[in-house]
Formats: sequence, structure tokens, C-alpha cells
Amino acid sequence: MSALRTVSPQDAERAARRPEAWALYQRLKREGEAAGYYLNPDVDFVLDLMDGLLTNEERYGYRACPCRLADGVRGKDLDIICPCDYRDPDLDAYGACYCALYVSEEIAFGREAPQAIPERRGSEPRAAEEDHEAELVGWSKSGLPVWRCTVCGYLCARPQPPLKCPICKVDKDRFERFA
Amino acid sequence: MNVKLYALSTCGWCKKTKQMLDTNGVEYDLVYVDLLEGDEREAVLAEVRKWNPRTSFPTVVVNESESVAGFKEERLRELLGI
Repeated sequence: MSALRTVSPQDAERAARRPEAWALYQRLKREGEAAGYYLNPDVDFVLDLMDGLLTNEERYGYRACPCRLADGVRGKDLDIICPCDYRDPDLDAYGACYCALYVSEEIAFGREAPQAIPERRGSEPRAAEEDHEAELVGWSKSGLPVWRCTVCGYLCARPQPPLKCPICKVDKDRFERFA
Repeated sequence: MNVKLYALSTCGWCKKTKQMLDTNGVEYDLVYVDLLEGDEREAVLAEVRKWNPRTSFPTVVVNESESVAGFKEERLRELLGI
């Protein structure tokens, strides 16, 4: 099999015209697909979202969701750092995340079209774990705490969460104590 | 007709909404809320909240009487008569 990948003239032109957006797009596409996620097949729409993410990274120091109003304080925006905490439930319910950056397989392969979806943020009470922290202590037989990635649900038992989620690549501060 | 578009400069659905208004020759006032700071942002957010308590974007307000949250193309066409 050839290692060469064919790049369409249209993609070559996009890559030349918007190099930073294109590079981020390629990275998120590669990482997403490795973890079972698909990006919206409308490349120009996605490149606009990449510009939004890069703008927010420059403004705030992290890639806040381009379709939501960020506060600018990381601690207040944690749940909307892309990929956000709402991506997976929205993919389940609507086949797309709030921005329609991440989409279902049906949409990725053009069998369905993405729609604007309602905002999930703020519609659910925060996880009950905080109220029941005392009850959860000591659940892990090994004595180690169990950490849960709030984005993809990955669980691991270790003294501290990993620096990056090995599944979905979000940062350490996106983990919560699970047990 | 008085049309207001509350949007974020970084948002894909806001851009689609703007393009739809432009393509159809609709005149509107545009506010990019993410570019505002401090009191100015708070004042605009209070306006948006009246129409859309979740303060999500885009929010379109027509004639100070009807509003649409999100890029709902059909609803927008109906309200704007386009």
C-alpha cells in the first residue's frame, strides 16, 4: 500500500490559504478518528470552527467552544473546552455536538444532514458526586481513587488523573473523582 | 422591520444565520457579544436574556416582539417573510 495520500486540489488550496486552521483540522480529525469520533464532512464549515477555536485559544489560553460565550476564567469554562462535556450526550441524542464539529457516522458519511440543536449546558444539575463525596470514599478496593473523564467517561484508578485523557486527549483538569 | 442578530464572532451557526440574512437582503443590527467586555457585555446579555433565558447564540429578535434561538432556518424565513 502506498504511504502517499491523495490531496484534492480543493484541499491543497484550503491548506495553503488557511494553514493554521488546516493543521488543527487535520490533527482533530486524526485524533478523533483514532478514538471513534467523526468530524463534520463540510470542510469549510469545520475550518471556520477551527478559526474560532484558534481565536479562543489566543484570547483565553484554551480552546473554548466557539459556539458558546466563554467567561475567560478557565475554572468557569472547563465544561466548554473543546471537546466539551456535552459532546457525547449530544452525539447520542442529536448526532452532532452543539457546534456540529463532531458528528455521528450517519452525518459524517452524508446519509443525514446536521441540524442546529438545543443548548444542553445548564439544563442538567451538576453530578451528585459532590453531595455524596463522603459516601464514595473508599470504594476502590486498591485504596486508590478512581478518576472519571467528564468528556468521554474513561475511568482509571491511580493517585492522580493522567495529564491527558488517553482516549479523548483532554487535559487533567477535566477529570472528576468517581470513587 | 427591525431585526437584531446577537452572535459570537467565532460561531459557525451564527455565521450561517448572518449569511442567510445577507443573501436575502435583510437589514439587521449585528452585535458580536464575545467582542464586548465588562458592563457593555453585561448590558447586552441582559437584553438577550429577556428573549432567550439560556443566552445562547445566535439569537435573532424581530420587531422587538419575536425571537429565534439558534439557526432555525424555516422559523427565521417565516418571521422575516423570505
